[in-house]
Amino acid sequence: MLKDKDRIFTNLYGFQSASLKAARGRGDWRDTGALLAKGREWLTSEVKESGLRGRGGAGFPTGLKWSFMPPDPDASAPPNYLVINADESEPGTCKDRDILRHEPHKLIEGALLAGRAMGAHTGYIYVRGEFIHERECLQRAIKEAYAAKLLGPNAAGSKWSFDLFVHHGAGAYICGEETALLESLEGKKGQPRLKPPFPANVGLFGAPTTINNVETIAVVPEILRRGASWFADLGRPGNTGTKVFCISGHVERPCNVEEEMGISLRELIETHAGGVRGGWDNLLAVIPGGSSVPLLPADICGKIRMDFDSLKEAKSGLGTAAVIVMDKSTDIIRAIARLSAFYKHESCGQCTPCREGTGWMWRVMEKIAAGESSPAEIDTLLDVTKQVEGHTICALGDAAAWPVQGLIRHFRPLMEERQ
Amino acid sequence: MSVRRLAAEQPDGFQFNPENRKWADAQLKKYPAGREQSAVLPLLWRAQEQCDGWLPEPAIRHVAEFLNMPYIRVYEVATFYTMFNLEPVGKYLVQVCKTTPCWLRGSDELERVCFEEIGSPESISSDGNFTWRQVECLGACVNAPIVQINADFHEDLNSQSFRALLSKLRAGETVTAGSHVGRHASEPVEIEKSANANEKSANEEQETLQFKKPE
Repeated sequence: MLKDKDRIFTNLYGFQSASLKAARGRGDWRDTGALLAKGREWLTSEVKESGLRGRGGAGFPTGLKWSFMPPDPDASAPPNYLVINADESEPGTCKDRDILRHEPHKLIEGALLAGRAMGAHTGYIYVRGEFIHERECLQRAIKEAYAAKLLGPNAAGSKWSFDLFVHHGAGAYICGEETALLESLEGKKGQPRLKPPFPANVGLFGAPTTINNVETIAVVPEILRRGASWFADLGRPGNTGTKVFCISGHVERPCNVEEEMGISLRELIETHAGGVRGGWDNLLAVIPGGSSVPLLPADICGKIRMDFDSLKEAKSGLGTAAVIVMDKSTDIIRAIARLSAFYKHESCGQCTPCREGTGWMWRVMEKIAAGESSPAEIDTLLDVTKQVEGHTICALGDAAAWPVQGLIRHFRPLMEERQ
Repeated sequence: MSVRRLAAEQPDGFQFNPENRKWADAQLKKYPAGREQSAVLPLLWRAQEQCDGWLPEPAIRHVAEFLNMPYIRVYEVATFYTMFNLEPVGKYLVQVCKTTPCWLRGSDELERVCFEEIGSPESISSDGNFTWRQVECLGACVNAPIVQINADFHEDLNSQSFRALLSKLRAGETVTAGSHVGRHASEPVEIEKSANANEKSANEEQETLQFKKPE
């Protein structure tokens, strides 16, 4: 269990004010200028050594991502950009919301440090459209930071100039995909771009860009202040640090909580969320990392650890660490069919396998849930998920296929029984 | 994907009011010169606010002219993003989240309340107060089930508290956003117990009121 002294988000629940004064009281913005003075190389290597992996779902090593950015641009070169992804909309996930409204200064300070580490003088934070109050909280905090000269020219006394802007979306899940987000930020439909070229070469406005998740950026100041080894000692190699988990569904006390990476799923649910409704034996299945990852049945849930590699071994994923708990009263086929409806609604329509496949999968899932299909259709469904998976520009096609594959893998007898 | 079309009936024209015009000019400064198109989402959003919650065709045209963009480029943005309402809506836009985390905690019940209290989805209630619709994940899953009403999230709802919320709005009373079981934010709280306690205190309040009445 995470010790209080190792906690990064000490105001996750917003019991204290989110203002600059209160944030400073919690240790934010301490020695930021001195950290910046250590220079770009140090910042990147420290984050590399900490083992921090992206908190937005893919788990890509953050320091490595930063190192792809070209050198500090001179006046003739295109500028480098930092873009922060606050388009949090993966079903089950609501961690960034708490950071935006209760810990905005961690994010802003992290943005400045990350901006220096990648040679960026400008950052954009893309907040999902529905988060209206959260956006206002963030905007207020940015205004405070400008007034205190922590942003702008000579930010935090570092001689580095850094401007940070809030931008907002208008209700499209797909804009959480990094290249779709860039398209949206350029004032277009949010449809993902082909990679390569990768954003570090051709990103926002055609300039080198790095896109990071809110939580990834918000933990950076603490890592730099306390040292890479402190962060690396939490969890296990390759899966270091702390993580904000969102525990929703059939638990006694649904909540967000920061815990050490690699905590067992059972301990996480029982210690922080008051246990499964009706006791552990009443557990049917858990979706461990947001709607896109395959579910895990109860017998696996009892022995799984919550980190990237353990969950990958169990053919699921940590994703955004959004734990959706389902007890035995759940109609699991309908629960997954509901997710299929989500992906059908959110497909951007650019690639045919996804545009047609998500609707097809949803209709067949509804048929199976209603008990109107035949066993052969389960095979066809599985076959279609394989044809969508890996055949689209972005990962939304995969994300739509995996929950259905997970269901068939673990609950096929139930699906057959219903016919 | 969803099929989205402009409303059949449209107003004659649209202009940003002076205050919004000033705001829009300031927005453009966030982006490099020549990249003003980036402001299209915030500007459409502001236009929608000025038009009582929906986006008429002349407003789309006005934003296109304002940003020097071809009309079709703004049109495709307005029809792509689902938070732009292309038809008029009621005073309160009630968006019920139905994705799995909310569904697990009873969003079906909330939907039933909408049918009973408001009527069919996507249409304005006869008193002009409400339009309701089903939406996908709103991103406050540990506070499920959630309903967004205009800018506010109403969290930890059940059919009773949701029905009470709608009647308050209908009566023009002010309501508080956030959790409806007295939870501060996303901290762990016994939801069922808190809901019962809240209901009890609401009943007691009512009893006291009734008791006082004869005086």
